[in-house]
Amino acid sequence: MKKNLFAAALISTALISAPSFAEDVYFPIIAKGFSHQFWQAVKAGAEEAATRNGVTITFEAPNTEAEIDKQTDMLNTAISKAPQGLGFAALDSQAQVPALQKAADAGIPIVAFDSGVDSDLPLTTCTTDNMAAAAAAADGLAKAIGEKGKVAAVIHDQTSATGIGRRDGFLNRIKEAYPNIEVVDVQYANDSLKAADNVKAMLQANPDIVGIFASNEGSAIGLAVALKETGAKIAGVGFDSGKGQKDAIMDGTLIGSITQNPVGIGQCVVDSLAKAVKGEELPKVIDTGFYWYDATNMADANIAAVLYD
Amino acid sequence: MSTTSTNTSAKSGFLSLAALQKAVAFAVLLALLAFFSIFAENFAAWNNMVNIMQATSINGVLAVACTFVIVSGGIDLAVGTMMTLTAVTAGLILTNLGLPLFYGIAGAMAAGAVMGGTSGAIIAKLKVPPFIATLGMMQIARGLALVFSEAKPIYFNDTPSFQLISAQSSITSLIPGLDIPNGVFVMFGVALIAAYVLNRTIFGRYIFALGSNEEAARLSGLKVDFWKITTYATSGMICGIAGLLIASRLNSAQPALGLGYELDAIAAVVIGGTSLAGGRGTILGTIIGAFIMSVLTNGLRVMGVLEEWKIVVTGIIIIVAVLVDLMLRKRM
Repeated sequence: MKKNLFAAALISTALISAPSFAEDVYFPIIAKGFSHQFWQAVKAGAEEAATRNGVTITFEAPNTEAEIDKQTDMLNTAISKAPQGLGFAALDSQAQVPALQKAADAGIPIVAFDSGVDSDLPLTTCTTDNMAAAAAAADGLAKAIGEKGKVAAVIHDQTSATGIGRRDGFLNRIKEAYPNIEVVDVQYANDSLKAADNVKAMLQANPDIVGIFASNEGSAIGLAVALKETGAKIAGVGFDSGKGQKDAIMDGTLIGSITQNPVGIGQCVVDSLAKAVKGEELPKVIDTGFYWYDATNMADANIAAVLYD
Repeated sequence: MSTTSTNTSAKSGFLSLAALQKAVAFAVLLALLAFFSIFAENFAAWNNMVNIMQATSINGVLAVACTFVIVSGGIDLAVGTMMTLTAVTAGLILTNLGLPLFYGIAGAMAAGAVMGGTSGAIIAKLKVPPFIATLGMMQIARGLALVFSEAKPIYFNDTPSFQLISAQSSITSLIPGLDIPNGVFVMFGVALIAAYVLNRTIFGRYIFALGSNEEAARLSGLKVDFWKITTYATSGMICGIAGLLIASRLNSAQPALGLGYELDAIAAVVIGGTSLAGGRGTILGTIIGAFIMSVLTNGLRVMGVLEEWKIVVTGIIIIVAVLVDLMLRKRM
């Protein structure tokens, strides 16, 4: 997939040769990580948009998503280069506000992405609307079970913004739109092994469950393992992608999943910064979208482009 | 399995301390099973017993690995992440290199032995306290697992026979209906061999000697450094078996997983009556301890108790287990 994206970036370089800025425009982009496929896709999207807008970018990130101090160092270095704009995915929504304040004081436009910052400093935030994405997962599950019966959820985490957003998005949608569906259990597990044992205990306690939602890659793999081990013929819905989850959808263990749009996130950051430099107004949040995918549309070009192994 | 496996506890009446502790742990396990059978609907079904056995298998094997080290007077905080690194090793060998199953199994166990042996050497030769040395090894193994796997899960789709190790049930083809997954038999097999080694071999006797009084062992001519390294290497090799079990069950080596597994393993050892001070403990106790933990987790889940409270209850059980241990020792 990475190759395809690079190819796309190369093609767009060849086609579009008219930079829209008179002088050199440089945007440092600081992400949360780069080793995961998700971030590689964000980077590819950012590079594509940079070529399209005729700007220069750099894309960097700390080694792990725990190194908040390293990321703050990167942020300070980036600001000292006096760039025309700054893209930033905060590892901590509060700790890095003082550093961002320096950029704002220097008049550097800031665009946040992936997760927000608890301040008004960023002009906009390019992110997935987790509530809406999980609601789409609820719709997919509801459709598969004929909009009635007992369902449950395995959520990857009870404290993070993504965990809470996906849980509440799923639960609210079921409550509002499907009066004949009852959510009988919500458990928490990010670890595939624990998720598998959790799901099996859920099925034990409620043998009449007809569908389960798992809110990230780790919990979705656990859900697939549990369904394989128990042979339970129920509808399983996941979130994000990864080879294990894609395989489970292909072989029918899971019925489908929701993917975010990492390429779109990368494009949104650079496009928004380019607009900011031109003085255009930006909305407070830009939803970069998500897609429902299942065995029928996984091979479609627009879906395949945002899935990763 | 032997019931008398300590060389410090005096016999009192007809029961040794170790036997009494195991009896208490076993009674607790039965009480938990009875409690959940009454209060958790659908708990007492055969397939749920299979679920519990399967959920115990990986922690059970890790806890056996920890028992060796803890009886020798040490501690190993790296068992969880070593398990992950050995799973990744199996993935590299089987999926990336495409070698036959045997090499994956041998490679995972060898990788575990090398890492455990390295911890042991750092502890024995460089005199770094076990807690610190294995805290370091825990991070090293975690980092290497991410580096070698490029932070991506490695799948075993090209090696279908890999599923045999843990996930599939071979016995069900012999005795239809008895659908116990192979991983459970692997755990019991590892436990039986470990109990034999600990109780019936010179190596086992030396492990107890190290844990009871290292200085006395040294003065009596024991090659303390060598046996310490061997103990940690053995523990690491057993972690390799746990790595194979988890990778087989998930059909993938998940590089980000493993942190925190050491605490569950150590908890099972402690609940099973093995003394953290060393010199005292049994494999049977450890396996009972691992079962107590998974019955508790499964039972509370089936009852629908909130995840948060489950964690609290597990903590309470660990403290109570140590208190019971202290009380029993005072009485003796």
